[in-house]
Amino acid sequence: MSEEYKIEIVNPEKSFLQREDVIEVVIPAFEGEMGILKDHIPLISFLKPGIVKVNLKSGEENYYVEDGIVEFKDNNLSILTSSIFSLSDLDKSKIDQLLQEAEKDSNQEKIDDQKRYLIDQKINVLKSLSLN
Amino acid sequence: MASLDDLKKRISSVKSTQKITKAMKMVAAAKLRKAQENAEKGRPYSEKMNNIIFNLSNGISDKENAPKLLKGTGEEKIHLCIVLTSDRGLCGGFNSNIIKKAKLYFQKILNDDKTLKIITVGSKGYDQLKRLYKNNIIEKISFKESKNINYFDANKVGKIIIDRFEKNEFDVCTIFYNQFKNVITQIPQEQQIIPLKTSDNKKQESLSDNIYEFEPEEDEILSNLLPKNISTQIFKAMLENSASEQGSRMTAMDNATRNAGEMVDKLTIQYNRSRQAAITKELIEIISGAESL
Repeated sequence: MSEEYKIEIVNPEKSFLQREDVIEVVIPAFEGEMGILKDHIPLISFLKPGIVKVNLKSGEENYYVEDGIVEFKDNNLSILTSSIFSLSDLDKSKIDQLLQEAEKDSNQEKIDDQKRYLIDQKINVLKSLSLN
Repeated sequence: MASLDDLKKRISSVKSTQKITKAMKMVAAAKLRKAQENAEKGRPYSEKMNNIIFNLSNGISDKENAPKLLKGTGEEKIHLCIVLTSDRGLCGGFNSNIIKKAKLYFQKILNDDKTLKIITVGSKGYDQLKRLYKNNIIEKISFKESKNINYFDANKVGKIIIDRFEKNEFDVCTIFYNQFKNVITQIPQEQQIIPLKTSDNKKQESLSDNIYEFEPEEDEILSNLLPKNISTQIFKAMLENSASEQGSRMTAMDNATRNAGEMVDKLTIQYNRSRQAAITKELIEIISGAESL
């Protein structure tokens, strides 16, 4: 029996990615990283800023996301996100730009704890990305 | 009867109008293709979003404490209507169709002695509504500067709505837009987004009563998801609207071009007739002049 399932990543403008030979996907879920294999229990969760690792039969693909919702059902993984970038497209200047925006957000006074947590996450991820 | 010169002028002016409408038609046709593509690409996102929310709201255990965005404030006194129109004219019945639909709804609300608040998106809608409902319009938004429909703009509208909802400024929110069916038909739609109506997709989903694992709790996911859903619905409406606008403009301009052509034909016949009449008249004058000699 094959151990593969389907993934679809959608952003508001278009269907961003569709693959049918997924072995494992590691998502930065809100309460910690989560790996999803075939026949996982139906799941709904949302994402914090981080890296989505898509482990395909034909290789590995990495994406940076800022937010999103994940639904896994009947061996179909759907990720809805409003901002997603492929790591290979993400160059240094783009990362710096995102980082600056994030730092500007975190300097604002009036934000609640949850937002601050998400922004801090974002900064951490971006910093580690810009080091590589 | 108009003189030959006048007719000539009219013919040339109709011809230049025809040139303009023809050019506009072609521009609209080119834009339409893109807008239609975008609208179709945007559909999966909003559909998936709807499905997830539907599954979530089914799975929610504690119906009493459901987020207000889902179940409403419990009252129906103040209605907020978001009317999405275009920023430009010359697109046939596009704007007036939405306005007509919206006005019917407004009338119903006012007849029931409820309070009506309006937000217009797009300047044409404001122009048409300000005469009758000036006091009801609480905000007008226009995205004239942004060239393409983008999620960022939709998010702005979404935030405005949610801010106002949290301040208890309204109980029910409905959006009005044109749904793109094909180039000739656009269907004006009213869609209630607060409280959310999930009855539309009940049929297809009722068979699969999946038990989901939620992380974090359902309520928390829902309260995060619902504001996003509002922006998504607005975005969808904006995409549909822009495709409809171009489609409607294309048909309108096509008709205008054809009408202008007919008019040119008519005027040309009239011009030729009067030219012929003038020649005949001159001939008669010459002949009768010669006879009298």
